[in-house]
Order: sequence, then C-alpha cells, then structure tokens
Amino acid sequence: MMSNPYVPHPARILERRQESDTIFTLRLRFEETGMREHYRFAPGQFNMVYLFGVGEVPISIVSDPETEGVFDHTIRRVGRVTEGLAALREGDCVGIRGPYGRGWPLAQAEGRDVLVITGGLGCAPVVSVIHYVIRRRRRFGRLTIIQGVKHSDDLIYRDQYEAWAQLPNTEVHVAANAVHGPWPWHVGPVTELIERAAPDPHRTIAMMCGPEGMMLAAARILLKKGLPDRALYLSLERNMQCGIGHCGHCQIGGHFVCRDGPVFSFAEVRDLLGIRGF
Amino acid sequence: MDGLQFLPHGRLDDLIRLLAGQGFQVIGPQVRAGVIAYDTLTSAADLPWGWQDTQGPGRYRLAENGGTRCFAWANGPQAIKPFLFAPHEPLWRTRRVEGCLEVEAIRPPARPLAFLGVRACDLAALAIQDRHFLAGNHPDPYYAARSEEMLVIAVNCTHPAETCFCAATGDGPRAEAGFDIALTELDDGFLAQAGSGEGRTLLLALALAPATPEQTAAAARALEQAAAGQRRRLPPAEHLRRLYQRLDDPRWEDVAARCLACGNCTQVCPTCFCHAEQDVPALDNAVTLHQRHWDSCFSAGHGWLHGFQVRPEIRHRYRQWLTHKLAGWQMQFGRSGCVGCGRCITWCPVGIDLTEEVAALLGEAGHDV
Repeated sequence: MMSNPYVPHPARILERRQESDTIFTLRLRFEETGMREHYRFAPGQFNMVYLFGVGEVPISIVSDPETEGVFDHTIRRVGRVTEGLAALREGDCVGIRGPYGRGWPLAQAEGRDVLVITGGLGCAPVVSVIHYVIRRRRRFGRLTIIQGVKHSDDLIYRDQYEAWAQLPNTEVHVAANAVHGPWPWHVGPVTELIERAAPDPHRTIAMMCGPEGMMLAAARILLKKGLPDRALYLSLERNMQCGIGHCGHCQIGGHFVCRDGPVFSFAEVRDLLGIRGF
Repeated sequence: MDGLQFLPHGRLDDLIRLLAGQGFQVIGPQVRAGVIAYDTLTSAADLPWGWQDTQGPGRYRLAENGGTRCFAWANGPQAIKPFLFAPHEPLWRTRRVEGCLEVEAIRPPARPLAFLGVRACDLAALAIQDRHFLAGNHPDPYYAARSEEMLVIAVNCTHPAETCFCAATGDGPRAEAGFDIALTELDDGFLAQAGSGEGRTLLLALALAPATPEQTAAAARALEQAAAGQRRRLPPAEHLRRLYQRLDDPRWEDVAARCLACGNCTQVCPTCFCHAEQDVPALDNAVTLHQRHWDSCFSAGHGWLHGFQVRPEIRHRYRQWLTHKLAGWQMQFGRSGCVGCGRCITWCPVGIDLTEEVAALLGEAGHDV
C-alpha cells in the first residue's frame, strides 16, 4: 500500500509561548518514534497543522532544521483553526503533515550577503532564515534585516531585533508607519528604508516576506539598485488545503504555491505578482 | 496493429457478462433523470437504445429517435471523472485517545471498474487527471485505488453535439490511446479494436468475425463526418498562452456581467480537479471524519485567505478559471486543460460559450464562418 500523504501524524505540544496578543509559538514533537527519526525540513517549508474536529492550516516552520526531534510553529490567531490552536495548552496534541514546499535558497546564499525584507506582523517564514544565518554566521556575508510594521505595537520579537543589531556584520532597520511610546527606529513606510539601503548588487541575495504590494515595491527598488531578478526571492501565501499540489486553491498562473513555492524567485512570479485576482 | 472485428449489438451482453465474470463492476451510459449518465450496468438493455441528445449553449434535451443504436449521442453532464475522483469522499478518521489523537486512513472500495462507452474527450481528460493525481511526489491513494485495475472500452463519437469541439483540441472524435478496446458504432453493431493485452484477450474470448471492408469504410466515414461537422474552434496552444497578456481586457467585465459564478462549468468539466477538505465531527466530539469534496474556483471560499479574498469579484474568478484552464495548465501539464467536450457551454445556465469568450479576448474566430 502506498503511503497516504493526506493523513496527519499526532504531535504533542511540549512548550507554548505567547509572543504578542495574537501571536504564539508551539514547540511540537511527533508521538510516533519513526516520524521523530525521519522528519527533516528546510527553512521556508511548512506543515499542515491539524486541529481535532476543526481542520488543517498551512503554517511555516520557524525552528532550526538541525534541532533534533522538535520543531516550532509561530502562529497568528486569525481564523477558525488558528483560534482553536491558540486555546491549546502544553501536553495537548495536534496533527502534522509535512514538510511541504520549496524553502529558501540557503545553499545558494552561502558566502553572499543576505538581505531580509519583511512587512507585517513578525513574518515567520523569514525569521527561520535569520536564525539559520546567525547560527552559521561565518558561512554568510553581511546580514541586513529590514522589517516594516504598520504600528510600533505590532512588532514582535522586539528584544530579538535589538539583540540581532548588536551582532557583527549585521544591520537591523525597522520602520513603523505609526508609533506609540519610545521607538529607536524609522517612522514611515518600510520602502523608505529599502531606498536608503546600499546592497552590493553582485554579492547580495534578497529574501522577502509580507504583503505582495510591499514585496513588489521592494523588488522594484532592488532591481533599480542593480540586483538581478534571480537574486530576489519571496514567500507567497495562498489558500492551501492539501499542501501537495492536488486541491487547486493555491494556484497562481501555472504554479502551485504549496508545491512549487511557497518560496519563488522574483523572475518566476513577477508577471502575476500584485495583480488583483491571482 | 490488430485487425478490426465486428461486434454485433446482440453480443454486447456477452461482453458485459465476460467483464462481470472477471470481477469488474461494469459502468456504462444510461438514461437517468433526463440525461445520459454513467452508472452500474447489468445488461445491454440498460444502454440508451434509440436516444439522441440536442445540445446548445445552456440547453440539453434528450429524445427518442427511433434508431437502432445505443451510442447515437454526445456526452451528458458527467462521464467517468466522478468514479475515479469522487465528488465526496472520506479521507481519514481521528479519535481522541489518552490525551492525544489517533488517525486512521479510510480506504476506498477496491472493486475494479470496467467502463463501457468512454468518449475520446473523456479519455484525454482521464490522462490529465491521472497525471495530476498520480504523478509527482505524493500520489493520491484514493484516486489510485480506483484507477489501478480499471478497464476502459472506448466508443468513438459519431454523434458530436453542436457544442462539441474535440476535433479542434485534437482530442477526438476518435479515441487514439488509453483504452483496452475501442468501438465504433454502426446501425447493427460495432467495429472493435484492441488497444491493450487485456482488450485483445477479451476480443479473443468473444471470437468475433473480422470486419468487412464496407463496415470499415462506413466507420471511417462516420468519424470523418463527426469531425468535419464540428463548428466551434479553439486557437492553438501557443495562442492560448496570450490570455495572460489580456488581463485588463474589458471582456472580463462583459462576461462577468453574464456569469452567475454558479460553478456548473467546473463541476461538469472532466479535467477540473479542485477540491476542498472539511472536518465533520461527531456530536460527542470523540471522533471526527475528515472528508473532501469537489470545489470550484467560482466559489467565494476558493480564494479565501485568513480574512482576505484573493478573488473578490466574478471577473476575477472567470479570469482565473479561463486563464488557468487554457494557459496556466500548459505549464503544469504540457497541454491546455480543455479537451473540447463542450460541457461548460451546455451546462452554463446562461449559455456562456468558452470558445466565444476566447475568440473575443484573442481576436480570433471561435466558429467556422
């Protein structure tokens, strides 16, 4: 009998951390020892996370791929399934299928400068890249992190951004359109920070995540600065119900985002990016 | 290639009995609720003898024509897709056990299916669906269980409907591949041709007479006429890819004003594969069933993304469907997703004609003039 890619595997919540009012992180471990031993993922890949009696949602994996036996999901409470997941406690179980999709081009990024651009609430798919690069710092060149939020209160991992900024050969730039309380960073749209950045066009690989309009604007600025379109990568988000390229919901043009992405090079998706309806 | 043999109408029951004797559930066309639909066939008497259809945009009528044939019609709303890719099916069941979950896969019934009367357009669609569900890293075990031991007897189409354009897509009216036996109907029986070892064995067991040159010529003529009589056209694949250069065309607004977003076109399309998954918990909340059902890119839920609708308007949904079916599909499957069956035209309640919309968008004639 062929293995059944639709069937989730039970995983227990070892740890639950509240990141902000609506964002939380679950540390999970498979119940089946076979799954614990064989499960491998790459940063940028995702799992289908199943809540008993409610359904499944695609959630990117934020932990380090070399952490043995456990993996983390940072989840925002936005819909039916994630509302329910938010109510789970340590010791409870979910179902997990995965990992799915194509992750970030980290092998290609080795030896190069890495520019991470994110918009919106603490964009989990690129947090995995930041962690990955920092833990293998000498294998990469300059790391620049540019993060935009609508409101300063939306920034999660604030302590982490401050800590990352202290690391050698690492720059952190954060922008908020609106600010409340002390804010050491930029006030205004994140694109202003990208305009100010001076990436080496021959050494830099850019990885982006966030609203498509923001990523499109960022890509246009970087192209103007001389980066080739093949050096720009972005993670897309669509309705996904199967995660394996069968159910059809995530298609953009001829791509299944779940299978061919969620990480794409800009060249692959530029024609339909930001066009309403795709 | 095997020689053509003649299967008299009176021997169809022998073929059906032979298949049933080998353990197949035989599926064939029958008159059901005013349409020709596929269902379990117990004898040749169940076939639509003397029935003929008339089809047009938004129109399907079935009437007795007093003829002696059982395949003097073009496809009804569905053929074989629902038997392989089920409209509704349970995938797995979960129980709460000892503070955790236990998940059990549900296997579909494994009785092999034999289809009698598959048209060329649906065989072409079957090849696409096979590739979608079975090729790649995650073959679908539900689809595989039904299609693995399937047997296909094609019937070449001698009576295309006014809405058909399989000759333009290159998928019919003659079945070229993917069958065990292909039949072409004449007034008193069929010309039969084996397309596989299983088909050859079946024909041998029936011990049929070879077809006469007159019968062979009559069948060839009928198929030529079936192709020549088709009026609708679809531009070649490389032209269809230009639909992505027409994303701002006012025609999308025009068709959206007529389209009801009912999704009928996607439900009758033999290549559409979209499906949604859903959890159905029992009332005691101790066990829950996870199932899937056909979905449509015309539904509001299809483009839903945590509080954001990717395709809020009908023009977005029609454009998604048409550009994907005819252009995006080529990237995924190496061909367009249209096999020329014309079902989306017939079963559209307002009679939107895909060939006409494509012609308007690409500026190429959708009909012979």
